[in-house]
Amino acid sequence: MIVAERKPLEDIREMIAGYKKILIVGCGTCVTICWAGGEKEVAVLSSQLRLASKKDRNELEILEATIERQCEKELVEALKDKVQQVEAVLSMGCGAGVQPIAEIFPDTPVYPALNTTFVGMPEGEGVWVETCRACGDCFLDKTGGICPIVRCAKGLLNGPCGGTNNGKCEVDPEKDCAWTLIYQRLERQGRLDVMRKYYPPRNFQAVIRPGKVEALPA
Amino acid sequence: MKAKGAFLPDIVAFCCAQSAYQSADAAGSMRITYPENIRVIRVPCAGRVDVLHILRAFEKGADGVLVLGCHEEACRHLSGNIRAKNRVQRVNTLLQEVGIDGKRVEMFTLAPNQGPRFARIANEVNERIKELGPSPVKSGA
Amino acid sequence: MAKAFKETLNSGKFVVTSEIGPPKGTNLEKLIHHIDLLKDKVDALNVTDNQSSVMRFPSLGTCLLIKERGGEPILQMTCRDRNRMALEADLLFAYTRGIKNVLCLTGDFITIGDHKEARAVFDLDSLQLLHMVRILESGQDLGGNELDGAVEFCAGATVTPEANPIEPQLIKFEKKVQAGAEFFQTQAIYDFDNFKKFMKYVRGLDKNIKILAGIVLLASAGMAKYMNENTPGVFVPQVLIDEMATAEKGKRVQKGIGIAGRLIRQIKEEAICDGVHIMAIGREEVVPDILAAGGL
Repeated sequence: MIVAERKPLEDIREMIAGYKKILIVGCGTCVTICWAGGEKEVAVLSSQLRLASKKDRNELEILEATIERQCEKELVEALKDKVQQVEAVLSMGCGAGVQPIAEIFPDTPVYPALNTTFVGMPEGEGVWVETCRACGDCFLDKTGGICPIVRCAKGLLNGPCGGTNNGKCEVDPEKDCAWTLIYQRLERQGRLDVMRKYYPPRNFQAVIRPGKVEALPA
Repeated sequence: MKAKGAFLPDIVAFCCAQSAYQSADAAGSMRITYPENIRVIRVPCAGRVDVLHILRAFEKGADGVLVLGCHEEACRHLSGNIRAKNRVQRVNTLLQEVGIDGKRVEMFTLAPNQGPRFARIANEVNERIKELGPSPVKSGA
Repeated sequence: MAKAFKETLNSGKFVVTSEIGPPKGTNLEKLIHHIDLLKDKVDALNVTDNQSSVMRFPSLGTCLLIKERGGEPILQMTCRDRNRMALEADLLFAYTRGIKNVLCLTGDFITIGDHKEARAVFDLDSLQLLHMVRILESGQDLGGNELDGAVEFCAGATVTPEANPIEPQLIKFEKKVQAGAEFFQTQAIYDFDNFKKFMKYVRGLDKNIKILAGIVLLASAGMAKYMNENTPGVFVPQVLIDEMATAEKGKRVQKGIGIAGRLIRQIKEEAICDGVHIMAIGREEVVPDILAAGGL
């Protein structure tokens, strides 16, 4: 899933400074799960913005709406009535949600309330970690299912480097050395021959950005 | 700090039906006075109080909010009081972000027969909010 | 003119290399002084490449200076700041100026240095860089294109015999040997128990690989303790930390030189490995003293 977090409140306030009526749009999928931009977060942000505006003696009316997914044109189009009533839209979706709204309502400024951080999953309650870099050239078959692009700070294909320190990464001692983990996983499966192979330089242009994929249904 | 004249804080007290509400009642029966400007709202469990309830109380002009629930280990719904505690901490942060002093929201725990304790808490908090002054949402930054 | 490093490596003598850190700027006075001080005292001189991710005068430029002044340089190349094309281009240039020795490193991470928001390149890793050297020698570049004009290098890499766990490190080491690494300079060694085990394993693998033990000058008990606790793969025995602590202020570096000298002597006398690589970071001045203390 996509993981994001809310921008600092001052940054959001700066974006919407001067507007008197805005719409805050939440998204019911990824950002609901990571507590960043779901219906609840929309309600909390609205309340905070109203409190802040009252405090500064500014007018601010906020409409709220949460749709199942912002990255779907048809679902975004359904916001039409509300968008027409406001001066600006604040999207609490990820970057892939903000843009369709901006595209479908080009006459209304659309602002991002979140910073989209990565593709990942929950590690524990309230903690999400990056697990996939969407590199377009998946290497997981060669590493026992542990991604070195994400989990190795240097993205090595032939690790470890000299900075591996008792199973931790020199760059951040809180983080595991991916290659130590890969070694342990492959050893456990009796597949160290996979680690003994030489892996040539990555194809960094596996996906030419901006990426595009076409597919046919099964 | 100089007294704020006739400032009577608007304080909302979410009281858990299993403990705090009964204590508030008890205080009344025992004729132990507590400030009239404290609005008691009965909730089935402190854990029923949502972050939004507290934020909206401030939007509606509250100067302070109290959440009163059962002592740790005593929650009839097992961990409602723990959730309430975490939510109050969360609200402190949300309020600080907006420039509202987090000390305006606080949680306390009680048993059902602690009339005097309820009154004491109510009086202390009333004084504390008086010191802090009216909510900046009402009087301006 | 200095002897080609490759020849020295294969001559059977006890190999001694050291290293020079370039300045942060264009004032090359000290740099030139260090080059002149050391060029005739060691078999070859490494030049670090934006070491610790701190931007400095380039390794390639310094190697050129060493060559011009009659020394034998080892070009350290990391993969942090340059993509494969830039690395290839640098090697073409290096070759034409007689810089024929290259140490292939992955490189420290960006955030430990002084340009903390820069993009880390890591187009290649140290192993792929080693392979790249051999591919260039075969007359092609990494794009599969033919080169107009050959190159030839003496390529080496690093290894950390005190790594824990050691197994992944050894897998990597073997891959480097297969990739054609001719010499290895190790991370700092202060104790020989694990190192001797490592050397036994190396000799079993291939008798021709040259291993130069890293000798890092200790400048204080604090530094020894710090390295022990924080530098991956460096183990400073308590007895040495204590020895450093006995030195009075102003005599600490002397103590460190003494320790380094003893380590070098032991390696040479017991023929533990093929030579030493002396690192006196920021204190290139005292390398001659270390050499003397080591009986070199």
